[in-house]
Amino acid sequence: MDRLDRDILNRIQSKFPIKSRPFKVLAEEFNISETEMIGRVNRLKNMAYIRRIGASFDSRNLGFTSTLCAARVPIEEVEDFVKVLYSYPGITHNYRRTHEYNIWFTFIAESKEQLKDYIDEISEKTGIKDILNLPARKVFKVIVEFET
Amino acid sequence: MSLTDLDKKIIKEIQTDISITPRPFLDIANKLNIPEEDILKKIEELIDNGYIRRFGATLRHRIAGINANAMSVWIVPEKEVNRVGEIIASFKEVTHCYERHTLPDWKYNLYAMIHSKTKDGCIEIARKISEKTGIKDFKLLFSTEEFKKTSMEYF
Repeated sequence: MDRLDRDILNRIQSKFPIKSRPFKVLAEEFNISETEMIGRVNRLKNMAYIRRIGASFDSRNLGFTSTLCAARVPIEEVEDFVKVLYSYPGITHNYRRTHEYNIWFTFIAESKEQLKDYIDEISEKTGIKDILNLPARKVFKVIVEFET
Repeated sequence: MSLTDLDKKIIKEIQTDISITPRPFLDIANKLNIPEEDILKKIEELIDNGYIRRFGATLRHRIAGINANAMSVWIVPEKEVNRVGEIIASFKEVTHCYERHTLPDWKYNLYAMIHSKTKDGCIEIARKISEKTGIKDFKLLFSTEEFKKTSMEYF
């Protein structure tokens, strides 16, 4: 990855041109050809620097609700627990963390009630009763862009 | 404005991955059998109306050189939450900062995701946050394994 690749990564994390030929617009900003721009972005994608290019939504505006959950899961049961979590498409982020509440996940669903039902269902399926449901009260900051 | 069926069809196409080709929006237009200009206009509308928060590339930051992240959790007195939340949000290493509900067994009410190149870097930033806010009661939870990280597919 060279300096230009880094600058391109910084540029395309937001305000991607919603234009008929978006890579031509970007190419002009960097004084390179459209073909080179497409080649570079494709390479950055193939090298896995870029996970995807698309829209990120405000789930609340779309009528969805989200929460953060923390579960206390015995080490030997983690694998099975995580397997159950994986079957819920609304669970988008799932990490093991250094705490007695060791399994953390974000959960998006259509309503608070549905979230609660899903969490109860997960408890029932896995036998893990100790799951904290920690919905947000106020958002101070959400940024997802990184300087590379 | 509420979402039309066409909006939902377009969201379905752009919530994952557009093609890295000369005319990515034309690909979507052809698939949905509507003119490309309509797709472009609709996406702009979804941005203007706040449905789309961001349009662009999502990076794998572990690979892009930012290797450590910590979830910091803080116990902040109710009347100080706004003051402290604003200070924490002003740190450039903090990407997410939320106030969350507490539970009888869980008193932490402010959460901040801290990103740095190293684990020690995260610890140092948390120390600075503590110093600047005066909040001493906090914990850092490091992620030791990523089981899943995807974008929500809404429709």
